[in-house]
Amino acid sequence: MAAPLVLVVLVAVTVRAALYRSSLAAFIAERVEVASPLNAWKRVVEGLALLDLGVSPYSGAIFHETPLIIYLFHFLIEYAELVFMITDVLTAVALYLAIQDYNKVVFKKQKLLIELDKYAPDVAELIRTPMEMHYIPLKVALFYLLNPYTVMSCVAKSTCAINNTVIAFFILATIKGSAFLSAVFLALATYQSLYPITLFAPALLYLLQRQFIPIKPKSKSFWLYTMQYAALYLCSLVVIICLSFFLLNSWDFIPSVYGFILSVPDLTPNIGLFWYFFAEMFEHFSLFFVCVFQINVFFYTIPLAVKLKEHPVFFMFVQLAIISIFKSYPTVGDVALYMAFLPVWSHLYRFLRNIFILSCVLIVCSLLFPVLWHLWIYAGSANSNFYYAITLTFNIGQARKQSALVPQQNRRAAWGRQGPHGFHARFPCSVQFLRKVHRL
Amino acid sequence: MLRAVSHYRLFPKALGQLVAAQGVRELHLALTQGFWRTQSWGQPPLGAPAGAELWVWFQDSVPDVDKAWKELSNVLSGIFCASLNFIDSTNTRVVPAALMPAVNPLSAHPGTDHRLLRYAVLPREVVCTENLTPWKKLLPCGSKAGLAVLLKAERLFHSSYHSQAVHVRPICRDASCLAVSWELRQTLTVVFDSFTSGQGKKDWSLFKMFSRTLTDACPLASESKVYVDISPKNKEKELLEVTPTPTSVHEAVVQGDKRTYAVYDLLSPSLFNSSRSLNVQLKWKRPQDKELSTPVLHAQRYVSGYGLQTGEISTLIHNTHPYRAFPVILLETVPWYLRLYVHTLTIITKGKENKPSYIHYQPAQDRKRPHLLEMLIQLPANSVTKVTIQFERALLKWTEYTPDPNHGFYVSPSVLSALVPSVIATKDVDVEESPLFASLFPSSDGSSYFVRLYTEPLLVNLPTPDFSMPYNVICLTCTVVAVCYGSFYNLLTRTFHVEEPSRGGLAKRLANVIRKLRGVPPL
Repeated sequence: MAAPLVLVVLVAVTVRAALYRSSLAAFIAERVEVASPLNAWKRVVEGLALLDLGVSPYSGAIFHETPLIIYLFHFLIEYAELVFMITDVLTAVALYLAIQDYNKVVFKKQKLLIELDKYAPDVAELIRTPMEMHYIPLKVALFYLLNPYTVMSCVAKSTCAINNTVIAFFILATIKGSAFLSAVFLALATYQSLYPITLFAPALLYLLQRQFIPIKPKSKSFWLYTMQYAALYLCSLVVIICLSFFLLNSWDFIPSVYGFILSVPDLTPNIGLFWYFFAEMFEHFSLFFVCVFQINVFFYTIPLAVKLKEHPVFFMFVQLAIISIFKSYPTVGDVALYMAFLPVWSHLYRFLRNIFILSCVLIVCSLLFPVLWHLWIYAGSANSNFYYAITLTFNIGQARKQSALVPQQNRRAAWGRQGPHGFHARFPCSVQFLRKVHRL
Repeated sequence: MLRAVSHYRLFPKALGQLVAAQGVRELHLALTQGFWRTQSWGQPPLGAPAGAELWVWFQDSVPDVDKAWKELSNVLSGIFCASLNFIDSTNTRVVPAALMPAVNPLSAHPGTDHRLLRYAVLPREVVCTENLTPWKKLLPCGSKAGLAVLLKAERLFHSSYHSQAVHVRPICRDASCLAVSWELRQTLTVVFDSFTSGQGKKDWSLFKMFSRTLTDACPLASESKVYVDISPKNKEKELLEVTPTPTSVHEAVVQGDKRTYAVYDLLSPSLFNSSRSLNVQLKWKRPQDKELSTPVLHAQRYVSGYGLQTGEISTLIHNTHPYRAFPVILLETVPWYLRLYVHTLTIITKGKENKPSYIHYQPAQDRKRPHLLEMLIQLPANSVTKVTIQFERALLKWTEYTPDPNHGFYVSPSVLSALVPSVIATKDVDVEESPLFASLFPSSDGSSYFVRLYTEPLLVNLPTPDFSMPYNVICLTCTVVAVCYGSFYNLLTRTFHVEEPSRGGLAKRLANVIRKLRGVPPL
C-alpha cells in the first residue's frame, strides 16, 4: 500500500508546486473563501514585520495568530511553501494510517458480532469485506490531497493547513490508543483555533471503548479514565499557553486570538454565516446574538455523544463538520478536512437520498463564490446580498449532507441487527406514525 | 502653572474661560476650505489641512487629558459652529515627533511630554459663513473697525482657498520669562483668483477683492499694518506700481527668499490725509511670464488600485533644491477601516530603495484608534521620493456608515515637517521691532526655515452591505441556522424499530411489481 500512497503524494506535491510558480498563486491568496482574518498568510507576514519594527504584533487588529506560529515562521519564513506542502503531506499520511487502524478495529468488531450471531440472517449485503475496505485509507489520502479546497488552501499558504495537520495527528493518536499524545495534539489544536475543544468528547468515547471501559455514569473506572484524560488535556493546554506567554512576555495574545474568535469584531466576508448577520445586526442585540451563535457551535456535542456513543469516530467526523459550518471564520480548508473522511462511510451511501442534489449544490456554490465576489467588489453590478445568498446555500448544503449521513449510521446498525424488512423510525414522544422505508 | 486669563479688554471671554477651565497650554484650530497648491502658489504662509484641524497641548496639571479633550472639542464646536464634536478616539492621535510647534524664542514651550498633546483632523468638514462670523466676533473690534471691515463673507468664500485659524499660546513678556501672557493669534488665509474676477489681468485692489476699502484702524489696536509684497523679480525694478504711496518699505528674508514689502500703517496720521478711505491698488507694468519660483519642498498623495477589496496609498515628495539634501518627517494617519500592511511599505528615491532613518508605527485598533505612521526620510537633492503602502478595505457594521456611504470615506491629510535649507542666508529678525511680522515668519537659524506641509485628503470607497435589509438578513440567517438545528434535532431524537410486514391491497402489490422491475426493495 505504500507505493500508491507515494504516487498520490507525488502527484499532489507536483500540482501544488506548479500552482506556486504560476500567476494563480497571488490570485488564490487574496480569495476570502480561502484566507480569513484568522489564518491569512499576508497577516502572518505583517505580524513578523511588526515584530521587526519593535511593535507587539497584537497591538493592532491585523494579527490573530498564536505566538507559537510566530515562533515557527520566524525561522521558517524562507521555506514557507515547502512547509505548507509538507503539512499537507503529513496530514494525508496521518489520516491514512489512522483509517487503516480504524478499519482493522471495525473489521474485528464485525467478526465478533458475526460469531456472536448478532446479525440477522439476510444482511449478507451489508457485511463489509476486507476487499472493499482495503482501498479506503488510500481514498481518504487521495480525497484530502487532491481536493481542490485543500490545494487552494495550500497555495494560499493559509495556516488552516497547520490546524488540519494537528487535528489529523490527534485523530491518529486517538485511534492508536495513546491518551497522552491525543491530549497533547488536542491541546495544540484548541490552542490554535479554540473550537476543537468539542473533539474532546469523541476522543474520550473512543479511548474508553478501546480500553473496554463501559460508558456508565455509575462506573468508577469511567470517571477515573475521564479525569485522567481531562487532566492530561488541561495540563498540556496550560503548558502551551504559558510557553506562549514567555515567548513574547505578555498576555496580549489571549484577547487578540481567543477574544477575536469569540467576539467576531472583523466583518470581512467569508463562507460562513456570521459576517453579514453582524454587519446588519442592530447594535442593541449584537452581544446576545454573538453568544447565541457561539453556543450553537458547542452545544451539539452532548446530544451527539449520547446518540453516537457506539460510533465515536463517526461522531468525530460529524463534530468536525459542525465546527466547520458554524465557526466564526470558516474557510474551505476546514471543509476539506471533514470531506476527506467521506470514503470511510462509503457503505452508507446506498441509504442516502439526496446525495446528488447536495453534491451539486456544493459544487455550484463553490463555483459561484468567486463570480459573485467579483461582481460585487470589482464590477459593482451586484451587491453584497448575492454573495450572502451563496453563503447561505453553501451552508445549508453542508448541513443537510451531514444530517443525511447521521441517521443512516443508526439505521444501518439497526438494520444489521434486525434485517432489512419493514423498517421505520419511531419518535419517542407522543405522536407515533408509521413511515415507509423509502421515505425515511 | 499658568494663570488664567484675567483681562478681557482684548482677549475674548469665550476663549479665555475655555482655556482656563480645560487647562489648555496651547491651542491651534484651523478651518480650511480648498487645497493649497504648493507647486503653483509656493509655500503657504501657514499651512493647514483641508477640513478642520485641532491640536492642543494640555498643562500637566490636568488629571484626565482625554476627558478634557472631549469637553474642549465640544465647547469649540459650539463657539465656532463647526462639527468638532465628531472628534473622538477614532480620529484623535497622540503624536510623538511631528507636531512640535515652530521653534520660537517667545513661546514658552511645554516640553516633550506627548501624553499632553492631542491632534485631530476632520477632513469632511465644510467651512462657510457660519464659521466666519464667530471668528470675527473674537476680534476686539469685531468687524466694525480696523482691518476686519474687509472681511465680508460673500467675497471671502468666492475664492480658491480659504483658511481661518485661531492660535492660543503663552508668551514670555521678557527675556527672563518671569511674567507670562496669553497670546491669541487669528489668521485668515485666502487665495483670490484674480483672473476670473479681474477681466484677465493680474491687477488687484482692495475694492476689487473685498468690495470695500479701509476707513480707519481699530481704536483698541496698538498696531495696524498692511504689508504688500512688492519683491522685484530678477532684480528688475519698476515692474509693478502700488498706489497710494506706502508709509514705509520693509525688507526681510522670508522662507528662503529675499522679499520687499510696502507697509501701510493705518495708525499713522498721514495715511488718511488725502481721502477718508484707503484702497491699496497694484498694477503690473509688464506681463509676467513666471510667477513664483518652485518651492523647495512639495508633496502629493493619491490612492491607487481598483475594486473595493484592496488599494494603495502613494505619497510623492519633491525636493527641488539643486544641491542640498534634508530630512523630512512624514506623519500619516489612516482610519482603522483601511487596514494598512506595513510590510508592504516601500520608499523609492531615484529608482533605489531609501530606508527611513526612523519609523514609528502604531497599528490601529478596530473602532478605537487610527493607524499612526511616522517616518524620518532623507530626501536627496533634486529628487522625487515615492512612499507607498497597501491597505485592505474593511466591511463596517451598517450603522457605522455615513448617510451617504457611496460618497466615500475621507483619509485625513498627511503632515510633512522639515527644516528646509534656504537659498539665501537670513539674519536674525529683530523681534521687538516688528513682533507681528516675526511671529508670522519665524526663523530660528540663519540657514533654514521650518515648513509644515499638508497633502491632499483622500476619498476612499468601502464595500457596503445592503442597508435596506437588516430584518431580512436576520430572518434568513436564523432560518438557515434553524434548518441545520432542526435537521440535527430530528435525527438525534429518532429511533428505528421493526414494523411487521403487512400484505397490502392491490395498489401495493402493483407497486411492488414495479419496484421489483426497478431493482428497489419492495414496500
